[in-house]
Amino acid sequence: MEEKRNQIWAFVVTGLMILVSLLYYKTNVYYMYLVAYIWFGIAYGMMLQYGRFCFASASRDLFAAGVPRMAVGILIALIFFSVIQATLAATNMSTFHPAPFGVHTLISGMIFGVGMVLAGGCASGSLYKIGEGNGTSILSILGISFGQAMFVDIGGPFLKLVPDTWRASSVAKNLPADKVRSWFDYYLSGYVWDQPSIQLSHTQTFSNAFPGASKFFVADALISAIIPALVLIVVIYVFYIRKGFLKKRAKQTGKPTSFSDEFGGIWSMLTASKRTSLMGVIIGITAGIHIFVMKGMQIKFGISNFGELLTKMGHAADTSIRGTVFDPGYWYITSQEGQFGGWVLDKLGWDMHSNVFFGVNNGLPVPWRNPALWMSIGIIFGAMIMSLMSKEFKFKLPKGELILWGLLGGTLMGLGSRPALGCNIGAFFIRVAGGDPSGWLYGIGMVIGAFGGVKFFNWWSERKMAQEMADF
Amino acid sequence: MAMKFEKKGDGVYMLDVCGYVCPHPQIYCKKSLEKIGEGEVLEMIFDNPSSAETIVQMLDQAGHELMEKKNEGGKIVFKIKKA
Repeated sequence: MEEKRNQIWAFVVTGLMILVSLLYYKTNVYYMYLVAYIWFGIAYGMMLQYGRFCFASASRDLFAAGVPRMAVGILIALIFFSVIQATLAATNMSTFHPAPFGVHTLISGMIFGVGMVLAGGCASGSLYKIGEGNGTSILSILGISFGQAMFVDIGGPFLKLVPDTWRASSVAKNLPADKVRSWFDYYLSGYVWDQPSIQLSHTQTFSNAFPGASKFFVADALISAIIPALVLIVVIYVFYIRKGFLKKRAKQTGKPTSFSDEFGGIWSMLTASKRTSLMGVIIGITAGIHIFVMKGMQIKFGISNFGELLTKMGHAADTSIRGTVFDPGYWYITSQEGQFGGWVLDKLGWDMHSNVFFGVNNGLPVPWRNPALWMSIGIIFGAMIMSLMSKEFKFKLPKGELILWGLLGGTLMGLGSRPALGCNIGAFFIRVAGGDPSGWLYGIGMVIGAFGGVKFFNWWSERKMAQEMADF
Repeated sequence: MAMKFEKKGDGVYMLDVCGYVCPHPQIYCKKSLEKIGEGEVLEMIFDNPSSAETIVQMLDQAGHELMEKKNEGGKIVFKIKKA
């Protein structure tokens, strides 16, 4: 009976998404651009839920429980995605762009890393967990949304912290004065935009050594993503799996282990969680196809940003002064949640248009015309469909300490993603696979932050266990 | 909200972490297994499906036996024998 009910709800949610897509198509064919984001979101949500694919668990489960399944899953996804990304770049079908490189990326990653452990999920993980009925993750996403929106617009006493060099550099860019009012405005226009962006395939060294399309495969895929990913797989095996595996193998065979057993150990680690590793492969491929489809739609409609279509449809007020909205063209989380938070605060009377982040760069579209936000909503519904089908959906209200951890962790994730212009997906996964070394800098920051978060939770759990076990 | 750890009988313990999300169920599972003796049984009840995948691998790596696992209306029950 319960199984039947779950199946019916899964069909209802799927039907609802089809209906929404048809309504957009009927309203204007330009909305098919937005519909593409919805369905890639649904696909990501289903895969993330099935594979329990959460970047927070990659370092957290490694440090807290010695379990490498998620770290391995992400590295597998990275390898596959980087090859497809290179293929797209080689055929001029990539929407990827590198980000400004600097120490801000490392610091942001550290803040994000602490936040994702406290919240119990990364940016994409929190979305799929909402789809499982997890109320704490709703709080995390609210923290991400409103934390970011407030952060990009707060000035007042924080303006005293703006260095003169940032002010001078910002003024030299001739931005409208009413758009540069917050600390973040000066940070972005006076510091971040001045930092160099690096994409390995575009550096002189690799351009000269590998002329033509081969530079994308060698520099961006092999050097930036595949070799580091393989090295990390071996390091994780050596530190977390090797000793236990070889001991077990020697006991089973009754013989001393040899070098070939090491390969057996690595393979056993890669296949220990089949669903996570399998989803790593499929997510990597899907993320590549997503870029291909969005680029194809941009070519079809003759645009480079969805803001141009919104303007054609009479919704110029949704866009920034440049006529753009946030439209990454690939898998990306957090900026769109920031736009949602900004839109709500704007409706409540907080002027959110007068800043660089929304006013100059990303616009503030109404939520139902926000393409990237629909991708996030798609992730929630995709995960809901999958969890209903596998009888795992259960609505859980956040209680007690989890309310604090959810809100605090979410806010820290928001604060840790904005200065780096991305989160675990946009600032790490996509960048590393695209040949941008700032992705690894963000990843290292995330691991350091997650280590700190795990240390705190270990102390916290010990304390609670000691109270609970006082009678034993 | 509180986690529950109780002795149910001779060599049998119960850990209830329903309502908790990652990483709490896996951390409490690991710490509970550290507290009980070899050959004793831990019955763990939780409702965060994402934790299950990690816990299964953690038990396998440590050599503990997952004697039984069942899903009862969104609640997952693991019966674990400590190695």
